[in-house]
Amino acid sequence: MLILTCPYCGVEADETELAPGGEAHLKRETVGASDEAFEDYLFRRENPKGVHFERWRHAYGCGKWFLAARHTVTLEVYGTYPAQTPEPPKDIVAAIKKRLPEWEGRG
Amino acid sequence: MKRYSAFAIAREALRYHTGWERAWGNPEPKKRYDVIVVGAGGHGLATAFYLGKNFGITNVAVIEKGWLGGGNTGRNTTIIRSNYLQDPSAAIYEKSRSLYETMSQDLNMNVMFSPRGVIMLAQTHHEVRGYQRTAHANALQGVETTFIGPEKVKELVPIINLDGPRYPVLGGLWQARAGTARHDAVAWGYARACTDMGMDIIQNCAVQGVETEAGQVKAVNTSKGRIECGKLALVVAGHSSDLAEMAGFRLPVESVALQALVSEPIKPCMDVVVMANTVHGYMSQSDKGEMVIGGGTDGFNNYTQRGSFHHIEETVRALVETFPMISRLKMLRQWGGIVDMTGDRSPLISKTPVGNIFVNCGWGTGGFKAIPGSGWAMAELVAKGEPGPLAADFGMERFREGRFIDESVAAGVAH
Repeated sequence: MLILTCPYCGVEADETELAPGGEAHLKRETVGASDEAFEDYLFRRENPKGVHFERWRHAYGCGKWFLAARHTVTLEVYGTYPAQTPEPPKDIVAAIKKRLPEWEGRG
Repeated sequence: MKRYSAFAIAREALRYHTGWERAWGNPEPKKRYDVIVVGAGGHGLATAFYLGKNFGITNVAVIEKGWLGGGNTGRNTTIIRSNYLQDPSAAIYEKSRSLYETMSQDLNMNVMFSPRGVIMLAQTHHEVRGYQRTAHANALQGVETTFIGPEKVKELVPIINLDGPRYPVLGGLWQARAGTARHDAVAWGYARACTDMGMDIIQNCAVQGVETEAGQVKAVNTSKGRIECGKLALVVAGHSSDLAEMAGFRLPVESVALQALVSEPIKPCMDVVVMANTVHGYMSQSDKGEMVIGGGTDGFNNYTQRGSFHHIEETVRALVETFPMISRLKMLRQWGGIVDMTGDRSPLISKTPVGNIFVNCGWGTGGFKAIPGSGWAMAELVAKGEPGPLAADFGMERFREGRFIDESVAAGVAH
Protein backbone atom coordinates (compact mmCIF):
# COMPACT_ATOMS: atom_id res chain seq x y z
CA MET A 1 0.00 0.00 0.00
CA LEU A 2 1.39 3.37 -1.05
CA ILE A 3 1.55 5.85 1.85
CA LEU A 4 2.05 9.59 1.31
CA THR A 5 2.30 12.32 3.93
CA CYS A 6 0.00 15.23 3.21
CA PRO A 7 2.14 18.40 3.41
CA TYR A 8 -0.85 20.42 4.59
CA CYS A 9 -2.43 18.42 7.40
CA GLY A 10 0.57 16.18 8.10
CA VAL A 11 -1.51 12.99 7.99
CA GLU A 12 0.19 9.85 6.69
CA ALA A 13 -2.43 8.82 4.17
CA ASP A 14 -2.92 5.41 2.50
CA GLU A 15 -3.55 5.47 -1.23
CA THR A 16 -7.20 4.62 -0.55
CA GLU A 17 -7.49 8.03 1.12
CA LEU A 18 -5.93 9.83 -1.83
CA ALA A 19 -6.90 10.57 -5.42
CA PRO A 20 -4.10 10.51 -8.01
CA GLY A 21 -3.92 13.49 -10.35
CA GLY A 22 -1.23 12.67 -12.91
CA GLU A 23 2.05 14.33 -13.85
CA ALA A 24 2.96 17.52 -11.99
CA HIS A 25 4.70 20.71 -13.13
CA LEU A 26 3.06 20.70 -16.57
CA LYS A 27 3.31 24.06 -18.27
CA ARG A 28 -0.21 25.17 -18.99
CA GLU A 29 -0.75 26.40 -22.55
CA THR A 30 -3.14 29.18 -23.37
CA VAL A 31 -4.67 31.15 -26.24
CA GLY A 32 -2.29 31.49 -29.18
CA ALA A 33 -0.28 28.35 -28.42
CA SER A 34 0.41 26.00 -31.33
CA ASP A 35 -1.50 22.74 -31.76
CA GLU A 36 1.69 20.90 -30.93
CA ALA A 37 2.16 22.77 -27.66
CA PHE A 38 -1.42 21.95 -26.72
CA GLU A 39 -0.88 18.30 -27.61
CA ASP A 40 2.18 18.24 -25.35
CA TYR A 41 0.29 19.86 -22.54
CA LEU A 42 -2.82 17.72 -22.82
CA PHE A 43 -1.51 14.31 -23.83
CA ARG A 44 2.24 13.76 -24.09
CA ARG A 45 3.61 12.56 -20.80
CA GLU A 46 7.07 11.81 -19.51
CA ASN A 47 5.83 8.49 -18.07
CA PRO A 48 9.31 7.73 -16.70
CA LYS A 49 10.58 4.40 -15.47
CA GLY A 50 12.09 6.15 -12.47
CA VAL A 51 11.41 9.38 -10.58
CA HIS A 52 7.95 10.79 -11.26
CA PHE A 53 6.64 14.14 -10.02
CA GLU A 54 2.92 13.90 -9.64
CA ARG A 55 -0.21 15.50 -8.27
CA TRP A 56 -2.32 13.98 -5.52
CA ARG A 57 -5.41 15.12 -3.70
CA HIS A 58 -6.01 14.28 -0.06
CA ALA A 59 -9.55 13.42 -1.12
CA TYR A 60 -10.79 11.69 2.04
CA GLY A 61 -8.82 14.00 4.34
CA CYS A 62 -8.22 17.71 4.23
CA GLY A 63 -9.13 17.87 0.54
CA LYS A 64 -5.99 19.73 -0.53
CA TRP A 65 -4.00 19.11 -3.70
CA PHE A 66 -0.31 18.42 -3.17
CA LEU A 67 2.68 17.15 -5.14
CA ALA A 68 4.88 14.11 -4.59
CA ALA A 69 8.14 12.72 -5.95
CA ARG A 70 7.94 8.95 -6.27
CA HIS A 71 9.82 6.17 -8.02
CA THR A 72 7.54 4.36 -10.46
CA VAL A 73 9.36 1.01 -10.22
CA THR A 74 10.12 0.75 -6.50
CA LEU A 75 7.27 3.07 -5.33
CA GLU A 76 9.82 4.77 -3.03
CA VAL A 77 8.55 8.22 -2.04
CA TYR A 78 11.16 11.00 -1.87
CA GLY A 79 8.87 13.58 -0.35
CA THR A 80 5.68 15.61 -0.74
CA TYR A 81 5.24 19.37 -1.06
CA PRO A 82 2.50 21.97 -1.62
CA ALA A 83 0.78 22.13 -5.00
CA GLN A 84 1.69 25.79 -5.52
CA THR A 85 5.37 24.91 -6.03
CA PRO A 86 6.30 25.57 -9.69
CA GLU A 87 9.50 23.45 -9.70
CA PRO A 88 10.63 20.51 -7.53
CA PRO A 89 12.03 22.05 -4.31
CA LYS A 90 15.72 21.73 -3.44
CA ASP A 91 15.26 19.40 -0.47
CA ILE A 92 13.24 16.96 -2.59
CA VAL A 93 15.86 17.03 -5.35
CA ALA A 94 18.57 16.45 -2.71
CA ALA A 95 16.60 13.50 -1.28
CA ILE A 96 16.36 11.98 -4.77
CA LYS A 97 20.07 12.54 -5.55
CA LYS A 98 21.03 10.96 -2.25
CA ARG A 99 19.24 7.74 -3.26
CA LEU A 100 19.91 7.97 -7.02
CA PRO A 101 23.22 9.77 -7.69
CA GLU A 102 22.83 9.09 -11.43
CA TRP A 103 19.49 10.87 -11.68
CA GLU A 104 19.59 13.78 -14.12
CA GLY A 105 16.43 15.65 -13.26
CA ARG A 106 13.07 15.81 -15.00
CA GLY A 107 13.01 14.72 -18.66
CA MET B 1 9.14 -27.77 -39.14
CA LYS B 2 7.11 -30.92 -38.59
CA ARG B 3 3.39 -30.33 -38.35
CA TYR B 4 1.45 -31.01 -35.17
CA SER B 5 -1.37 -33.47 -35.76
CA ALA B 6 -3.19 -36.39 -34.19
CA PHE B 7 -0.93 -38.63 -36.24
CA ALA B 8 2.17 -36.90 -34.80
CA ILE B 9 0.94 -37.52 -31.26
CA ALA B 10 0.33 -41.18 -32.03
CA ARG B 11 3.78 -41.49 -33.64
CA GLU B 12 5.52 -39.86 -30.71
CA ALA B 13 3.56 -41.93 -28.21
CA LEU B 14 5.13 -45.01 -29.77
CA ARG B 15 8.67 -43.68 -29.37
CA TYR B 16 8.57 -42.16 -25.90
CA HIS B 17 8.13 -38.63 -27.25
CA THR B 18 11.74 -38.42 -28.38
CA GLY B 19 10.97 -36.96 -31.78
CA TRP B 20 9.48 -33.58 -30.91
CA GLU B 21 11.43 -30.62 -32.27
CA ARG B 22 12.08 -27.34 -30.50
CA ALA B 23 9.05 -25.21 -31.20
CA TRP B 24 11.13 -22.07 -31.73
CA GLY B 25 14.80 -21.31 -32.07
CA ASN B 26 17.23 -19.73 -29.64
CA PRO B 27 19.62 -17.97 -32.05
CA GLU B 28 22.34 -15.43 -31.48
CA PRO B 29 21.50 -12.14 -33.19
CA LYS B 30 22.74 -11.56 -36.74
CA LYS B 31 24.52 -8.32 -37.64
CA ARG B 32 21.57 -6.87 -39.53
CA TYR B 33 17.87 -7.49 -40.12
CA ASP B 34 15.42 -5.83 -42.50
CA VAL B 35 12.98 -5.42 -39.62
CA ILE B 36 13.52 -5.65 -35.89
CA VAL B 37 10.42 -6.02 -33.78
CA VAL B 38 11.03 -5.13 -30.14
CA GLY B 39 8.80 -7.14 -27.85
CA ALA B 40 8.03 -10.87 -28.15
CA GLY B 41 4.56 -10.63 -26.73
CA GLY B 42 1.47 -11.44 -28.76
CA HIS B 43 1.38 -8.14 -30.65
CA GLY B 44 5.10 -8.20 -31.55
CA LEU B 45 5.04 -11.82 -32.64
CA ALA B 46 1.83 -11.31 -34.63
CA THR B 47 3.46 -8.32 -36.35
CA ALA B 48 6.41 -10.50 -37.34
CA PHE B 49 4.12 -13.33 -38.43
CA TYR B 50 2.08 -11.13 -40.78
CA LEU B 51 5.21 -9.40 -42.10
CA GLY B 52 6.21 -12.84 -43.32
CA LYS B 53 2.81 -14.20 -44.26
CA ASN B 54 1.26 -11.14 -45.93
CA PHE B 55 4.33 -9.32 -47.21
CA GLY B 56 7.06 -11.97 -47.61
CA ILE B 57 9.44 -10.11 -45.31
CA THR B 58 11.27 -12.80 -43.36
CA ASN B 59 14.65 -11.28 -42.49
CA VAL B 60 13.10 -10.31 -39.20
CA ALA B 61 14.21 -10.49 -35.58
CA VAL B 62 11.84 -10.31 -32.64
CA ILE B 63 13.85 -9.26 -29.59
CA GLU B 64 12.59 -9.57 -26.05
CA LYS B 65 14.14 -8.43 -22.79
CA GLY B 66 12.47 -11.19 -20.77
CA TRP B 67 10.98 -14.40 -22.01
CA LEU B 68 8.53 -15.07 -24.77
CA GLY B 69 5.00 -14.04 -23.85
CA GLY B 70 6.11 -13.21 -20.29
CA GLY B 71 4.61 -9.74 -20.22
CA ASN B 72 0.97 -8.89 -20.61
CA THR B 73 0.40 -11.77 -23.05
CA GLY B 74 0.83 -14.15 -20.13
CA ARG B 75 -0.89 -11.90 -17.60
CA ASN B 76 -4.31 -11.09 -19.02
CA THR B 77 -7.74 -12.63 -18.51
CA THR B 78 -7.86 -13.89 -22.14
CA ILE B 79 -11.12 -12.23 -23.11
CA ILE B 80 -11.78 -11.81 -26.83
CA ARG B 81 -14.63 -9.59 -28.00
CA SER B 82 -15.28 -6.90 -30.59
CA ASN B 83 -18.40 -5.09 -29.35
CA TYR B 84 -16.87 -1.60 -29.45
CA LEU B 85 -18.76 1.56 -30.23
CA GLN B 86 -16.54 3.51 -32.61
CA ASP B 87 -16.14 2.35 -36.22
CA PRO B 88 -12.31 2.15 -36.31
CA SER B 89 -12.30 0.09 -33.10
CA ALA B 90 -15.04 -2.26 -34.25
CA ALA B 91 -13.17 -2.80 -37.53
CA ILE B 92 -9.84 -3.80 -36.01
CA TYR B 93 -11.25 -5.76 -33.06
CA GLU B 94 -13.68 -7.64 -35.33
CA LYS B 95 -10.84 -8.45 -37.74
CA SER B 96 -8.94 -9.71 -34.75
CA ARG B 97 -11.81 -11.80 -33.42
CA SER B 98 -12.33 -13.38 -36.83
CA LEU B 99 -8.61 -14.18 -37.09
CA TYR B 100 -8.83 -15.92 -33.71
CA GLU B 101 -11.46 -18.25 -35.18
CA THR B 102 -8.95 -19.74 -37.60
CA MET B 103 -5.78 -19.16 -35.58
CA SER B 104 -5.31 -22.78 -34.55
CA GLN B 105 -5.36 -23.83 -38.20
CA ASP B 106 -3.26 -20.87 -39.40
CA LEU B 107 -0.55 -21.49 -36.83
CA ASN B 108 -0.87 -25.29 -36.59
CA MET B 109 -1.04 -24.83 -32.82
CA ASN B 110 -4.11 -25.38 -30.69
CA VAL B 111 -4.77 -21.97 -29.12
CA MET B 112 -7.98 -23.33 -27.56
CA PHE B 113 -10.12 -20.50 -28.89
CA SER B 114 -13.43 -20.92 -27.13
CA PRO B 115 -16.22 -18.76 -28.60
CA ARG B 116 -18.29 -19.15 -25.45
CA GLY B 117 -19.85 -15.70 -25.59
CA VAL B 118 -19.36 -12.54 -23.54
CA ILE B 119 -22.04 -10.64 -21.62
CA MET B 120 -21.45 -7.07 -20.50
CA LEU B 121 -23.99 -6.47 -17.78
CA ALA B 122 -26.11 -3.33 -17.76
CA GLN B 123 -26.70 -2.41 -14.12
CA THR B 124 -27.86 1.19 -14.43
CA HIS B 125 -30.38 2.77 -16.78
CA HIS B 126 -27.55 4.78 -18.23
CA GLU B 127 -25.72 1.57 -19.06
CA VAL B 128 -28.86 0.07 -20.61
CA ARG B 129 -29.07 3.01 -23.01
CA GLY B 130 -25.33 2.88 -23.63
CA TYR B 131 -25.32 -0.80 -24.55
CA GLN B 132 -28.47 -0.51 -26.68
CA ARG B 133 -26.63 2.19 -28.57
CA THR B 134 -23.57 -0.06 -28.91
CA ALA B 135 -25.77 -2.92 -30.18
CA HIS B 136 -27.21 -0.60 -32.86
CA ALA B 137 -23.73 0.64 -33.79
CA ASN B 138 -22.48 -2.95 -33.99
CA ALA B 139 -25.39 -3.87 -36.29
CA LEU B 140 -24.24 -1.13 -38.69
CA GLN B 141 -20.61 -2.23 -38.37
CA GLY B 142 -21.41 -5.87 -39.12
CA VAL B 143 -20.50 -7.05 -35.62
CA GLU B 144 -23.10 -9.46 -34.31
CA THR B 145 -24.28 -8.38 -30.85
CA THR B 146 -27.67 -8.18 -29.17
CA PHE B 147 -29.06 -6.43 -26.15
CA ILE B 148 -30.69 -9.04 -23.93
CA GLY B 149 -33.01 -8.75 -20.95
CA PRO B 150 -32.42 -10.04 -17.41
CA GLU B 151 -34.25 -13.35 -18.02
CA LYS B 152 -31.92 -14.21 -20.86
CA VAL B 153 -28.92 -13.19 -18.70
CA LYS B 154 -30.11 -15.60 -16.00
CA GLU B 155 -30.59 -18.35 -18.57
CA LEU B 156 -27.01 -17.90 -19.81
CA VAL B 157 -25.49 -17.46 -16.34
CA PRO B 158 -27.50 -19.48 -13.80
CA ILE B 159 -25.13 -18.53 -10.95
CA ILE B 160 -25.78 -14.80 -11.33
CA ASN B 161 -27.69 -12.79 -8.75
CA LEU B 162 -29.99 -10.50 -10.72
CA ASP B 163 -31.23 -8.61 -7.67
CA GLY B 164 -27.97 -7.40 -6.18
CA PRO B 165 -28.18 -5.02 -3.24
CA ARG B 166 -26.71 -2.04 -5.07
CA TYR B 167 -27.06 -2.61 -8.80
CA PRO B 168 -29.69 -5.09 -10.05
CA VAL B 169 -29.01 -6.58 -13.47
CA LEU B 170 -31.21 -4.78 -16.00
CA GLY B 171 -29.93 -6.53 -19.10
CA GLY B 172 -26.72 -7.02 -20.99
CA LEU B 173 -24.84 -6.67 -24.25
CA TRP B 174 -24.36 -10.20 -25.55
CA GLN B 175 -21.79 -11.17 -28.14
CA ALA B 176 -22.21 -14.87 -28.79
CA ARG B 177 -19.10 -15.19 -30.96
CA ALA B 178 -16.80 -13.60 -28.41
CA GLY B 179 -14.91 -15.78 -25.96
CA THR B 180 -11.50 -16.73 -24.64
CA ALA B 181 -8.31 -18.44 -25.82
CA ARG B 182 -5.22 -19.93 -24.25
CA HIS B 183 -2.95 -16.89 -23.99
CA ASP B 184 0.42 -18.67 -23.80
CA ALA B 185 -0.44 -20.83 -26.79
CA VAL B 186 -1.05 -17.69 -28.84
CA ALA B 187 2.51 -16.49 -28.16
CA TRP B 188 3.95 -19.97 -28.63
CA GLY B 189 2.02 -20.54 -31.86
CA TYR B 190 3.20 -17.30 -33.41
CA ALA B 191 6.77 -17.89 -32.22
CA ARG B 192 6.79 -21.34 -33.78
CA ALA B 193 5.31 -20.07 -37.05
CA CYS B 194 7.83 -17.19 -37.17
CA THR B 195 10.75 -19.56 -36.55
CA ASP B 196 9.38 -21.75 -39.33
CA MET B 197 9.58 -18.76 -41.70
CA GLY B 198 13.24 -18.26 -40.78
CA MET B 199 12.82 -15.39 -38.35
CA ASP B 200 14.96 -15.06 -35.23
CA ILE B 201 13.32 -14.82 -31.82
CA ILE B 202 15.93 -13.54 -29.41
CA GLN B 203 14.98 -13.70 -25.75
CA ASN B 204 16.82 -12.17 -22.78
CA CYS B 205 17.92 -9.35 -25.04
CA ALA B 206 17.09 -5.92 -23.63
CA VAL B 207 17.20 -2.86 -25.84
CA GLN B 208 19.47 -0.26 -24.25
CA GLY B 209 19.57 2.38 -26.95
CA VAL B 210 18.27 3.27 -30.40
CA GLU B 211 20.76 4.60 -32.95
CA THR B 212 19.51 7.06 -35.52
CA GLU B 213 21.21 8.87 -38.39
CA ALA B 214 19.73 11.86 -40.21
CA GLY B 215 16.34 11.21 -38.66
CA GLN B 216 16.29 7.55 -39.71
CA VAL B 217 16.73 4.49 -37.55
CA LYS B 218 20.04 2.72 -38.00
CA ALA B 219 20.46 0.14 -35.26
CA VAL B 220 19.53 -0.88 -31.76
CA ASN B 221 22.04 -1.43 -28.99
CA THR B 222 21.06 -4.38 -26.87
CA SER B 223 22.40 -6.47 -24.03
CA LYS B 224 23.52 -8.88 -26.79
CA GLY B 225 25.31 -6.21 -28.80
CA ARG B 226 24.54 -3.81 -31.62
CA ILE B 227 22.05 -4.99 -34.25
CA GLU B 228 21.44 -2.99 -37.41
CA CYS B 229 17.99 -2.74 -38.88
CA GLY B 230 16.18 -1.26 -41.88
CA LYS B 231 12.99 -0.72 -39.92
CA LEU B 232 12.18 -0.86 -36.24
CA ALA B 233 8.81 -1.76 -34.76
CA LEU B 234 8.31 -0.94 -31.08
CA VAL B 235 5.64 -3.23 -29.69
CA VAL B 236 6.32 -3.15 -25.97
CA ALA B 237 3.01 -2.15 -24.33
CA GLY B 238 3.63 -0.62 -20.91
CA HIS B 239 7.30 0.05 -21.65
CA SER B 240 6.65 2.06 -24.82
CA SER B 241 7.50 5.43 -23.24
CA ASP B 242 10.87 4.06 -22.16
CA LEU B 243 11.73 2.86 -25.70
CA ALA B 244 10.38 6.06 -27.24
CA GLU B 245 12.66 8.08 -25.00
CA MET B 246 15.64 6.07 -26.26
CA ALA B 247 14.57 6.93 -29.80
CA GLY B 248 14.10 10.59 -28.87
CA PHE B 249 10.36 11.18 -28.88
CA ARG B 250 7.48 11.19 -26.44
CA LEU B 251 4.19 9.30 -26.62
CA PRO B 252 0.69 10.22 -25.44
CA VAL B 253 0.79 7.23 -23.13
CA GLU B 254 0.96 6.57 -19.40
CA SER B 255 1.75 3.24 -17.77
CA VAL B 256 -0.22 1.78 -14.90
CA ALA B 257 -0.48 -1.63 -13.27
CA LEU B 258 -3.52 -3.78 -14.00
CA GLN B 259 -4.02 -6.88 -11.94
CA ALA B 260 -5.93 -10.13 -12.12
CA LEU B 261 -6.40 -13.18 -9.95
CA VAL B 262 -7.72 -16.71 -10.09
CA SER B 263 -9.60 -18.74 -7.53
CA GLU B 264 -8.97 -22.33 -6.61
CA PRO B 265 -10.35 -24.65 -9.30
CA ILE B 266 -13.97 -25.73 -8.98
CA LYS B 267 -16.37 -27.78 -11.09
CA PRO B 268 -17.79 -26.12 -14.21
CA CYS B 269 -20.32 -23.48 -13.18
CA MET B 270 -20.20 -20.72 -15.78
CA ASP B 271 -19.62 -21.21 -19.49
CA VAL B 272 -19.65 -17.59 -20.64
CA VAL B 273 -17.56 -14.52 -19.80
CA VAL B 274 -19.35 -11.95 -17.65
CA MET B 275 -18.20 -8.35 -17.38
CA ALA B 276 -19.81 -6.05 -14.83
CA ASN B 277 -18.49 -2.60 -15.55
CA THR B 278 -20.59 -0.62 -13.10
CA VAL B 279 -19.46 -2.56 -10.05
CA HIS B 280 -16.17 -3.15 -11.83
CA GLY B 281 -15.15 -6.74 -12.16
CA TYR B 282 -15.18 -9.46 -14.76
CA MET B 283 -15.04 -13.19 -14.50
CA SER B 284 -14.83 -16.35 -16.56
CA GLN B 285 -13.99 -19.95 -15.77
CA SER B 286 -10.83 -21.46 -17.20
CA ASP B 287 -10.67 -24.98 -18.56
CA LYS B 288 -8.85 -25.94 -15.35
CA GLY B 289 -11.86 -24.75 -13.35
CA GLU B 290 -10.33 -21.62 -11.84
CA MET B 291 -12.50 -18.53 -11.79
CA VAL B 292 -10.44 -15.93 -13.68
CA ILE B 293 -11.08 -12.49 -12.24
CA GLY B 294 -10.03 -9.06 -13.38
CA GLY B 295 -10.77 -5.60 -12.17
CA GLY B 296 -9.41 -2.08 -12.07
CA THR B 297 -6.04 -0.49 -12.67
CA ASP B 298 -3.95 1.42 -10.19
CA GLY B 299 -4.69 5.11 -10.57
CA PHE B 300 -1.07 6.24 -10.60
CA ASN B 301 1.84 5.70 -13.00
CA ASN B 302 3.88 2.67 -12.13
CA TYR B 303 5.97 -0.15 -13.50
CA THR B 304 5.67 -2.56 -10.58
CA GLN B 305 3.87 -5.56 -12.16
CA ARG B 306 2.26 -6.07 -8.75
CA GLY B 307 -1.06 -4.32 -8.17
CA SER B 308 -2.65 -3.17 -4.92
CA PHE B 309 -4.57 -5.03 -2.24
CA HIS B 310 -7.46 -2.63 -2.13
CA HIS B 311 -8.18 -3.16 -5.84
CA ILE B 312 -8.47 -6.90 -5.24
CA GLU B 313 -10.87 -6.17 -2.42
CA GLU B 314 -13.00 -3.87 -4.59
CA THR B 315 -13.08 -6.34 -7.47
CA VAL B 316 -13.91 -9.33 -5.33
CA ARG B 317 -16.57 -7.41 -3.40
CA ALA B 318 -18.23 -6.47 -6.69
CA LEU B 319 -18.15 -10.05 -7.94
CA VAL B 320 -19.43 -11.57 -4.68
CA GLU B 321 -22.40 -9.24 -5.01
CA THR B 322 -22.95 -10.43 -8.56
CA PHE B 323 -22.16 -14.13 -7.95
CA PRO B 324 -22.87 -14.92 -4.26
CA MET B 325 -21.74 -18.56 -4.68
CA ILE B 326 -18.10 -17.50 -5.06
CA SER B 327 -17.99 -15.91 -1.60
CA ARG B 328 -16.17 -18.85 0.02
CA LEU B 329 -13.68 -19.52 -2.76
CA LYS B 330 -10.01 -19.12 -1.94
CA MET B 331 -7.73 -17.05 -4.09
CA LEU B 332 -5.05 -19.15 -5.75
CA ARG B 333 -2.83 -16.62 -7.54
CA GLN B 334 -2.68 -12.89 -8.15
CA TRP B 335 -0.45 -10.99 -10.55
CA GLY B 336 -0.05 -7.63 -12.27
CA GLY B 337 0.96 -6.36 -15.67
CA ILE B 338 1.93 -2.91 -16.91
CA VAL B 339 -0.58 -1.48 -19.35
CA ASP B 340 -0.17 1.59 -21.50
CA MET B 341 -3.11 3.95 -21.43
CA THR B 342 -3.81 6.63 -24.04
CA GLY B 343 -6.08 9.60 -23.54
CA ASP B 344 -8.93 8.11 -25.57
CA ARG B 345 -8.31 4.49 -24.49
CA SER B 346 -7.66 3.52 -28.11
CA PRO B 347 -4.33 2.17 -29.36
CA LEU B 348 -1.55 3.75 -31.38
CA ILE B 349 -0.52 2.00 -34.59
CA SER B 350 1.56 4.78 -35.89
CA LYS B 351 4.52 6.27 -37.65
CA THR B 352 6.81 8.21 -35.33
CA PRO B 353 8.93 11.37 -35.62
CA VAL B 354 11.91 9.11 -36.46
CA GLY B 355 12.00 7.64 -39.97
CA ASN B 356 11.33 3.90 -40.18
CA ILE B 357 10.45 3.57 -36.54
CA PHE B 358 6.88 2.45 -36.03
CA VAL B 359 5.02 2.07 -32.80
CA ASN B 360 2.18 -0.21 -31.78
CA CYS B 361 1.04 0.40 -28.22
CA GLY B 362 -1.69 1.94 -26.12
CA TRP B 363 -3.88 -1.17 -26.06
CA GLY B 364 -4.37 -0.39 -22.41
CA THR B 365 -6.32 -2.95 -20.45
CA GLY B 366 -7.63 -4.89 -23.45
CA GLY B 367 -4.76 -5.90 -25.71
CA PHE B 368 -5.10 -9.68 -25.78
CA LYS B 369 -8.26 -9.68 -27.88
CA ALA B 370 -6.53 -7.49 -30.45
CA ILE B 371 -3.38 -9.54 -31.01
CA PRO B 372 -3.98 -10.92 -34.53
CA GLY B 373 -5.72 -7.81 -35.86
CA SER B 374 -3.06 -5.56 -34.39
CA GLY B 375 -0.28 -7.66 -35.91
CA TRP B 376 -2.07 -7.65 -39.26
CA ALA B 377 -2.42 -3.85 -39.28
CA MET B 378 1.05 -3.20 -37.87
CA ALA B 379 2.71 -5.49 -40.44
CA GLU B 380 1.07 -3.48 -43.22
CA LEU B 381 2.29 -0.21 -41.68
CA VAL B 382 5.84 -1.53 -41.29
CA ALA B 383 5.97 -3.16 -44.73
CA LYS B 384 4.53 -0.24 -46.72
CA GLY B 385 5.62 2.63 -44.48
CA GLU B 386 2.03 3.91 -44.54
CA PRO B 387 -0.95 2.63 -42.58
CA GLY B 388 -3.57 0.50 -44.30
CA PRO B 389 -7.33 0.89 -43.73
CA LEU B 390 -7.32 -0.88 -40.35
CA ALA B 391 -4.56 1.29 -38.86
CA ALA B 392 -5.27 4.59 -40.60
CA ASP B 393 -7.28 6.12 -37.77
CA PHE B 394 -4.91 4.98 -35.02
CA GLY B 395 -2.01 7.33 -35.80
CA MET B 396 -0.70 9.35 -32.89
CA GLU B 397 -1.36 12.62 -34.76
CA ARG B 398 -5.01 12.18 -33.79
CA PHE B 399 -4.25 13.76 -30.43
CA ARG B 400 -2.93 16.92 -32.06
CA GLU B 401 -5.86 17.01 -34.48
CA GLY B 402 -8.47 16.36 -31.81
CA ARG B 403 -9.70 13.32 -33.76
CA PHE B 404 -10.14 10.92 -30.87
CA ILE B 405 -11.45 7.39 -31.08
CA ASP B 406 -13.13 7.73 -27.77
CA GLU B 407 -13.66 4.35 -26.15
CA SER B 408 -12.99 5.54 -22.62
CA VAL B 409 -16.56 6.65 -22.27
CA ALA B 410 -18.04 4.26 -24.80
CA ALA B 411 -16.59 1.01 -23.50
CA GLY B 412 -17.18 1.65 -19.83
CA VAL B 413 -14.23 1.10 -17.55
CA ALA B 414 -13.34 -2.52 -18.16
CA HIS B 415 -11.79 -2.99 -21.55
